[in-house]
Parts: sequence; C-alpha cells; structure tokens
Amino acid sequence: MARKQPPAAWRGFSRWANNHRNWVLTAPALIFVGALIIIPICYTIFLSFTSAKNNLDIDNMSFVGVGNYVSVLTDTERFWPAAGRTVLFTVVVVTVEMVLGMCIALLLRKPFIGQKFVRGIILLPLVATPVAVGMMWRLLFEPTIGFANQVLKWFGLPPRGWVSNPSEALPTLMFVDVWQWTPMVVLILLAGLASLPEEPEEAALVDGASTWQRFWYIRLPLLFPTVVAALVLRSVDAFKTFDILFSMKGAGGGSLHEVETINIYAYTENFFYTRYGQAAAILVVFFAMVLILLALQFLNRTKDA
Amino acid sequence: MALLKRRSATRDHPLYVVFRFVAIVVVVLGLIIPIVWMILASFKTSVDIYDPAKTIVFTPTIANYLTVFAEQNFFDYFLNSLIIGVGSTAFSLLLGVPAAYAIARFTMNRTANVVLMARVIPSISLIVPWYAIFAYTGLVGGYTAVILAHMFTSVPLIVWILMPYFQSVPVELEEAGQVDGLTPIGAFLRVTLPLSVPGIATASILSFIFSWNMFLFSLVLTGSRTRTLPVAIMNFIGYASIDWGGLMAATASITVPIMVISIFFQKYVVSGLTAGAQKG
Repeated sequence: MARKQPPAAWRGFSRWANNHRNWVLTAPALIFVGALIIIPICYTIFLSFTSAKNNLDIDNMSFVGVGNYVSVLTDTERFWPAAGRTVLFTVVVVTVEMVLGMCIALLLRKPFIGQKFVRGIILLPLVATPVAVGMMWRLLFEPTIGFANQVLKWFGLPPRGWVSNPSEALPTLMFVDVWQWTPMVVLILLAGLASLPEEPEEAALVDGASTWQRFWYIRLPLLFPTVVAALVLRSVDAFKTFDILFSMKGAGGGSLHEVETINIYAYTENFFYTRYGQAAAILVVFFAMVLILLALQFLNRTKDA
Repeated sequence: MALLKRRSATRDHPLYVVFRFVAIVVVVLGLIIPIVWMILASFKTSVDIYDPAKTIVFTPTIANYLTVFAEQNFFDYFLNSLIIGVGSTAFSLLLGVPAAYAIARFTMNRTANVVLMARVIPSISLIVPWYAIFAYTGLVGGYTAVILAHMFTSVPLIVWILMPYFQSVPVELEEAGQVDGLTPIGAFLRVTLPLSVPGIATASILSFIFSWNMFLFSLVLTGSRTRTLPVAIMNFIGYASIDWGGLMAATASITVPIMVISIFFQKYVVSGLTAGAQKG
C-alpha cells in the first residue's frame, strides 16, 4: 500500500457509515422533509386552539378550546361553500382533463409529419409559470379587449363577462386549469401507450376486432395503471390549486367570494385578516380532509391487490 | 409489427386522415394562440391594445419591456429567481441523490412514501406555520427561508425522478467496484453516480423549472430584496386599472425563457414530468 492510511477514527466512522448506509444516505432527506412537515403541523394544531389574532406573540394568545373549530365547522357562509368549490373544481377539471387528455394522446400516438413539433407545443402550457398563465388569460378573457369575446363576435354571439362576472368566473378558471394541465395527462398517457406490448393487439387484429373493441377491451385495460397514476397526480394537484385562482381573482376569490376555495380562504384569513387561530383551524380541517381522501385511495388500492 | 402496418395502411380511410389532420391542427392552435396573443400584446402600445383593427397588424414597440426592466426592476427579480432556482436545486441534489439511491437499492418503500407525502400536502397548510416560524427566527425576506421552502418541493421531486435510474444500474457493477477495493458508499459515488448523469440532469432541470414557477412560497417568504419573478408580476395589478402592455411584457419575460429551455431539453423534461407515472 503506497497510499497513506487514513486515521483510525475515520476508518471506524467509515465502517459504521458503510454498514448502516441505507439510513446514513436517507437520513438527511428524511430529517429535512420530516422536520418541515411535523414541526409546522404541531404548531398549527397548537395555534388552532388559541385566540391568536393580529400578531403571533405568545403573551397575546389565550386558550379557547375547540372554539375555532366550532366556528369553522358551523360557518355556512365562507367555509362550507369554499369546501364545496374545492371539490367541484377538482372533480370537474380532472374529469375533463382525463377525457380530453386520452383523446389527444390517441390522436398523437401514431407517427405523423411534424410529430416532434406538436409534442414540443404540448409542453409549453405545462412549463409556463401558473401565475403568468393566469395573467395571460386575464387579458384573453377581458370583456372589451379580450380574444374570447372577439371569437364570440365572429360567430355573432353576444359578449360575456367571463372572469369579471361572478356566475361565470369559476367555470372560466376551470377552463384555464384544463388548458394548462391537460398536456400533463397527454404526456403521461403517451408514455404509457408507447410502453404497451404489441402482441395482444396484433392477436385481436387477427381475430377481427374493430378499432373501438381493440381500444376498449385491449388497450384501455393494459393502460389502466397509467390512467390511475395520471388521475391521482392530477387530483392531488387540482385539490391544491392556488396560483391560477389567486392571480386571476386575488385574495378572497372575488367580491362575492365566487372562486374562493379552501386554499384561498385559508390564505385570506391568515395573511389578510391575520386571524391566525381561525386560519389554523381551517388548515387542520383541510388537512384532515386530504388525509381521509388519501386513506380512501389507499384502501382502494389494497383491495385491488 | 409488419401485420399492424399492413392493416393500418389499408384501413386508414382518407376521411379519417383528414379528420386526424384537422383535429391535430385544432389542438395545436388551441395551445398556441393564447401564447401568441400574449406575446403580440406585449409589443403593443396601450392604445393599440384597445383597437380591434390592430389585432395582428400594428407597429411594434419595446416600450413595455423598458417599463418592466427599467422601472419595475425586473433585472433584480430575474437574478433572484435565478439564485433561488440554482441554490435550491443544488442543495436538494445534495439531500435527494443519496436518498434516492438508498431507497432504490434497499427498496425502502415506506421511506419513499414519507418523502412523497411532501408532494401531497397542500402548500397552504405548510406555508402558514412556516411563515410564523421563519418570522420568529427573522428569516422572512432573506434567501434562506425561500430556498428551504423551494427545497421542500425539489427534494421529493428529485427522489421520485432518480429512483428508477438507480434501479436500472446493475448491482454487479458496484460489486465489481467493491472487489477492486472500494467501500459500498465509494462504489455508489464512483461507479453508480457517473452512470446516472442523465437522470441527475433530468432531475436538475425539473427542479429548476419548479422553483422558477413557484408562487405561493415565494409570495409569503420573500421581501423587497429577494422577490422572485412570479411575485413581482403581481405589481402590475393596480386597484384602479391594469397596464396590459406592461403586464404582458412581464408575463412574456417570465414564461418565454422557461419555454425555450424546455423545448431545448425536451427529452429530459418529458421524462422527468412522466417519471414514475408508468408504474402506478
């Protein structure tokens, strides 16, 4: 051995690290992610039982028991409508994105001239900054100068208020979300379609199955795990949607709170009205809802397996 | 394969070919018209924007970009976005790469689930307590707090993208390295890591894009000195009126660079975005 031996202490540490390398290598990431989840959640739960308002000095808080929870859960003016909108938004955009995404993926699957160009275009909405996308659609849906009303005029239809009309705002924002995230579903399904084995489809062809039959009985069942993955991913993200809503309607979700989801409601309570205790209770309830959804998803998976 | 080709050649009715062509054109136009409209508006004067006759034909002006960069300090915000994007990506790789490797090699599925929890929790339920904690420690408004927050998204993303890459490197290669005198961790660093460079590139690009686009964490945690582009764009929304030309110039300044990068690294971006989705 020409190389100098490292000191004994280092060799001892090296042996220990190598023997426990599964934990040594994962610990930094685990501790980081764990600390940034667990400490905030404990703190939020603590705050949710206090009257914290305007500032976060411990001296200014008093213990109010479940008072915040009672006022959140009995709030039919802001909380429950916001919860309903969050679920409605998620269900509508994910359904539309899945169906539209499947159609576009099937459309683009087989090679054609310019396929690479089209796949590049598909990527653009996905990588664009959501806040900027919101601003862009704000202009396109502007009632007097926007593109949307210009298109309506070409077809001889009366102009609409779009985002500025309380009854049209939520569907308009759903449209923007669909515009930005359908490409995500397309990309995932295209990757899934490309990895499907060809034999079952060839066999079905020999047996004389129609295009529709081959899609419905062969390709869709084979693609099912990918479809579920896209569905879960999009549902999780749609449930969290904040950027598009905030950039197009601001805090409070419009004058009548017409696009206020729980995300926007909690943000407004906490950072605009600085009702920290109340906001913490909203977050705990929201978090519990997410956990219940996850548990249902998990039960569903284990049942299938 | 040959069979499929022959059949589809005979089956593709001319009407179907035309329908498919039209449908693809509609999809492409639907995706691209809004972006083109936004870019056109960014070169219009505030008078031209209100003139339907000047939708496509107008005299372009760079006045809006001058407003954005000279008056609104977008150079500074650009730099902030860059610093925070590169910083959070670098530190996240430091934490995420070893974790992804260990999870892949030792099939630590439960650990993987803990890391992926971070992807599922709504940002809003974390940013509220983070803000309070960072405010106590005086970190709000500096780079540390924002970079930590961005890392919280990047670390799970990197783990998620890299796991399949590390799984695909044969264990035998590492064992050969160990026969040659490397420790197990040494074999990971000198054998597996160099073979996973494409995966690390994919993870880095995705992590940077996510950081560049991040809004909520930056909105709450940045101050006037550390403001990022997505937060700065809100400056254009006044109470009385909106400077549409300036707003669109700001929008284009944020989105066009990231779109160009994505087209350039298309292969990596697509594989990163669809990572893991195939296994369910």
